[in-house]
Amino acid sequence: MHRRPTRTSTAALLSTAALLLATGACAPQDDAPAASAAATPASCTPDQLGTVKPGTFTVGTDKPAYGPWFADDEPSNGKGFESAVAYAVAGKLGYDRATVTWTVVPFTSAYAPGDKAFDVDINQVSITDARRSAVDFSSPYYSVTQTVVTTKGSPIDGVTTVAGLQGAKLAAQVGTTSYTAIQDQIRPTKTAAVYDTNDLAIQALKNGQVDGVVVDLPTGFYAVAAQLDDGVIVGQLPQGAGAADQFGMVLAQGSALTSCVSQAVDALRADGTLAGLEKTWLAGTDGAPQLS
Amino acid sequence: MWQPSPLQQQREDYRRRRARRSSLVALGSTLLVGLVLVLGVGATPGWPRVRETFFDPARGWAALPAVATGLWLNVRVMLVCGVLIAVLGLLVAVLRTLRGPVFLPVRLLATAYTDLFRGLPLLLVIFLLGFGVPALRLQGVPNDAVIWGGAALVLTYTAYVAEVFRAGIESVHPSQWAASRSLGLSYPQTLRFVVLPQAIRRVVPALLNDLVSLQKDSGLIAVLGVIDAIRAAQIETATDFNFTPYVVAGLLFVVLTIPLARLTDWVARRQGWLGATGAAR
Repeated sequence: MHRRPTRTSTAALLSTAALLLATGACAPQDDAPAASAAATPASCTPDQLGTVKPGTFTVGTDKPAYGPWFADDEPSNGKGFESAVAYAVAGKLGYDRATVTWTVVPFTSAYAPGDKAFDVDINQVSITDARRSAVDFSSPYYSVTQTVVTTKGSPIDGVTTVAGLQGAKLAAQVGTTSYTAIQDQIRPTKTAAVYDTNDLAIQALKNGQVDGVVVDLPTGFYAVAAQLDDGVIVGQLPQGAGAADQFGMVLAQGSALTSCVSQAVDALRADGTLAGLEKTWLAGTDGAPQLS
Repeated sequence: MWQPSPLQQQREDYRRRRARRSSLVALGSTLLVGLVLVLGVGATPGWPRVRETFFDPARGWAALPAVATGLWLNVRVMLVCGVLIAVLGLLVAVLRTLRGPVFLPVRLLATAYTDLFRGLPLLLVIFLLGFGVPALRLQGVPNDAVIWGGAALVLTYTAYVAEVFRAGIESVHPSQWAASRSLGLSYPQTLRFVVLPQAIRRVVPALLNDLVSLQKDSGLIAVLGVIDAIRAAQIETATDFNFTPYVVAGLLFVVLTIPLARLTDWVARRQGWLGATGAAR
C-alpha cells in the first residue's frame, strides 16, 4: 500500500526525464555547420544566396532610425547614407528595390545568439576584433571619426587639444566606440555619463548636466544643425592608435552571405559609389577642426 | 533504568527507516531532475553557443570589477532612498488614516498622491524629473542625475509603501483603538504605542518585498546617464557582444537579496514578529 505511489512517481519522473532528453535531442539542429560549409556560394545571385526569405534581401536597423544615416525615420525611402548603401549593396547582389525589405532590429538583438530575422543589419556598428567572435562583419562601408559636440559658452567651447577635455563631464551613447574613445583617448577625470541614445545625451547637454557629447562626425553635424540651438563642434578626436574606426554591416556568425556582401561593398568602393553617397548624405569635415 | 517497550522501539525503528528512506528518495529525485535539466539543456543544438555567450567564466571575471563598481551605486541609492521611503510612507499612511472632518483636505491630498504615483510608471517619473527639472535651469537647484533619479524613486515607492502601512494600520482591530482611548491614551499616544507597533509587525514581509523591488529598480536611474551594475554590464557586453556580464550582474543582485531576506526572517523571529497568529507557535 505504501510503496505503490512512490513507484508510480518514480516511473513518472523517469518517463519525464526520457521525454525531456528526447525533446532536446529532437530540437531543430543549428544550421551553423551547414552554413559554414556553404560559406562561399558559386555566385552571388538572388537564386544562389540563402537569404532569410528566399528571393528577398532583408535588412535590419534600429528604430528610430536617425539622420543623417536615415531620413524621416523611414529606412525604406532610400534616403540617408545607410539606407542608400543598403540599396546599393542589394543592387550589386541583383535585388531590385522591390525585393529589399526592412525589419526593425534593436541594437542589442542584432548580436544576440540565435536565429537572425535579417540578412544584414546596418546600424552604424563599428567593426572590432572582439565583436567578430559573436557576429560576422562585411567589409567596412564608412570610416568614422569621433567628434566632441558642445554648446556655445560651455567650459570646453574653444578647446583645441584632447588634453583640454580631461576636466570636462562628457557623455556618450551606451555601447558605442564614442564611449570607448572617451575612456581610452580622453581619459577624463569625471566619470563619463552614458545614455541609451544620443538624443538623451544631447538633451543632457542642453540641460547643462554634461559639458560635451562625443558622437561620430556625421551625427555631430546633425546634432549641431538640427538638435542644438547654439551647438558647436569642438573638434574631431585623432584616430585611435590602432586601425581606423569603421562601420560594417552585421551578419549572423558564419553566414553564407558574408563574402558576397563584402564583395558587393568592395565593388561599390572601387567604382566610387560609396564616395558619391557620402558626398550626398554626409556633410564634409569642414568646420570640424582636428584636436591635437 | 527506563527502557522504551519493545513495541515502542519497533515503532521508533520503523519511523527512522521511513525517514531515511524519504531523505534518500528526495535526494535521488532532486539529483535526477538536476541531471535531466543539465542533459536536456546540454542536448539542445544552441547550447555550445549559449554557454560561450552567456556563461564564460573568464569573461565574467573580467567584467566583475566594473559591474561591482556599478552595483555600489545601486546599493547607495537603495539605502538612502529606502530610509526616506520608509519615513515618508509611514507619514502618508498616518495622514490618510486620520479621523475627523477637519482632516479631510489632508486625507484627500494623501489619497490623490498615492493614486497618482502608484499609477505613473516609474521610468516616466524618472525621465520627467531627471531631464525635466534640470531643463528648467533654476538657480541653486541641483542637476545631478542621481539626486533626481533618487527623488523619482522616493516619490513612486513612497506611494506603494504608504498603502502597505495603511493596510497594516487598518488591520488593527477597532477594539484596540477603543480600549486604549478608554484607558485615557490620546489619539497620538494610541497610534504610537498601540496601533503602529502591531501594524508594522504585520506588514514587515510586504515591506521587504518593496525593498527588494527598490534594490532592482534603483538601476532604472541609469537612463539619466549614471552607470549602475546593469549599465556597466551593458557597456562590457557592447565591447565584444558577449552577454556574460549580464549574468554576473544578475548573480550579484541575487547575492544581495538573499542575505537581506534571511536577515529580515531572523529579525522577525527574534522580535517574535510572527504575524497575528504568531503567539500560537
